[in-house]
Amino acid sequence: MTTKKFMFVNRKAPYGSIYALESLEVVLITAAFDQDVSLAFVDDGVYQLKKGCQTKAIETKNFSPTYRALDGYDIEKLYVEKESLEARGLTEDDLLVDVTVLDSQSMGALMEEQDVVLSF
Amino acid sequence: MLHIINKSPLDRPTLDSLLRMGQSGAVLLIEDAVLAATQGHAAAEKLRALMTKMQVFALAPDLEARGVSDRLIDGVTGVDYGGFVDLVAEHPNCQSWL
Repeated sequence: MTTKKFMFVNRKAPYGSIYALESLEVVLITAAFDQDVSLAFVDDGVYQLKKGCQTKAIETKNFSPTYRALDGYDIEKLYVEKESLEARGLTEDDLLVDVTVLDSQSMGALMEEQDVVLSF
Repeated sequence: MLHIINKSPLDRPTLDSLLRMGQSGAVLLIEDAVLAATQGHAAAEKLRALMTKMQVFALAPDLEARGVSDRLIDGVTGVDYGGFVDLVAEHPNCQSWL
């Protein structure tokens, strides 16, 4: 099977809408097909990787730990846009997984290299 | 790369995101995003900045539906549904700024 470069662009905060969880589910499916998967977190999507999410009081499943399990599915390419972090008063230390922080230009260039871009 | 925007820039910051990250290729404005491409709109300057690196298109049926076909700013090309399909086919990949 030919390997394609897939990028998942995550732009919504978690728990306020279903986008983040849906993206995560499709990411795991794609990984099962041995594809070259990258995850991009931009705009409010950077909150998906925020440490310390506690969802008990809103009676919603906490899927934040799943991001730490991605490594086990050979999904190791996680990219976060620097400008999005800065606009929200966050730094790499606030994130629950190791990521590569890219500036807007580099993020855009990486997006252009993909065979398939899926937007969430 | 083809970038598609479908929300009003006064409602969502997607046009700003594209301005930061967009490299080259084309942007197609559809649904409420077509409002950005009208004369006097607060986002028109941002579109002009975008035009320095990308071609800008707006979906004509969406302009017509909103009564703004006659207000399209210079430099933006109106396309019909067939033109939408052509743009998708001409570019190797596509990002929808939902």
